[in-house]
Amino acid sequence: MLIETKMQTLVQPNRRNFLGRSGFVLSAAAVGVLAGNSSLARAKVNPQGDTAILNVALGLEHEAIAAYQVGAESGLLDKGVLDVAVLFQSHHKSHRDALIATIEKLGGKPIAPHSNGDYAKALGADGLKSQADVLGLAAKLELGAANAYLGVIPSFGDKNLAQVAARLAADETMHWSILAHAMGKPLPAAALSFGA
Amino acid sequence: MSVLKFLTVFAVLVTGPVLAGDGVHGQLLYEQRCLACHSLDANRVGPMHRGVFGRRAGSVSGYTYSLALQHATIVWDVKNLDSWLANPEQVLPGQRMNYSVPDAADRADLIAYLQRESAVNAR
Repeated sequence: MLIETKMQTLVQPNRRNFLGRSGFVLSAAAVGVLAGNSSLARAKVNPQGDTAILNVALGLEHEAIAAYQVGAESGLLDKGVLDVAVLFQSHHKSHRDALIATIEKLGGKPIAPHSNGDYAKALGADGLKSQADVLGLAAKLELGAANAYLGVIPSFGDKNLAQVAARLAADETMHWSILAHAMGKPLPAAALSFGA
Repeated sequence: MSVLKFLTVFAVLVTGPVLAGDGVHGQLLYEQRCLACHSLDANRVGPMHRGVFGRRAGSVSGYTYSLALQHATIVWDVKNLDSWLANPEQVLPGQRMNYSVPDAADRADLIAYLQRESAVNAR
């Protein structure tokens, strides 16, 4: 299948490199360093506001994890695409864990996920009839998440948390780029197309 | 300057202009910027949007709002949606959205799209 071939061609070499480079993935430990040690002491501007933003981000990550789960269980994905979906889901799980750790360190209460069934209904998963449909949904969510993270950066009181949001946005942008390429979508014609 | 022209200029200076929007471009913007959290017909990270015009803020059934929205008394219209999108924290301090649309033309396009969709199958 064209999508699978494109996806494997594009992703597999990068995936090996990606997984082989320790410290490249945004991990809970990495965010812990950012949010737990160096920035928490200075996060006095508006910790409640920052926590609220992080909880919205956590909601996005809960939904992304569920969306990839729905896609993985749909039976619509070929093996190569499924592997990539599972990898991307693992990134979102790392984001989730990092956000939960950071919210708790700020004294907040992380929001809990809804059921996968609730997410599937809200995302219109019953309308997914093909691999392309699943990829299209994933791409829309990744693009939206990248723009959301970029869009809330100015709202953080703690600039180190703003940097965390930027790193999350970078991951989502990477996901979107690979998905868009696999779907044969054109490159963005204009510069600065994200977060605008 | 005629009285009418003066009043028009005065009104714009006081309240700020709300541009006429392009709903087609607004749909594109919606998909790029809002879709991460919102849908027209489903509560997700944010509440559903269809029917937002004329609806009291914080009143979508089944969605858990921030205290700021729960206690809000505004009814959404073009003007206050423009203000909300420009700076939600200024409109309702303590809100959770924290996402703004700085460009007035983009806000107008998004509002035009939401107006168009709110008129279709309004719930």
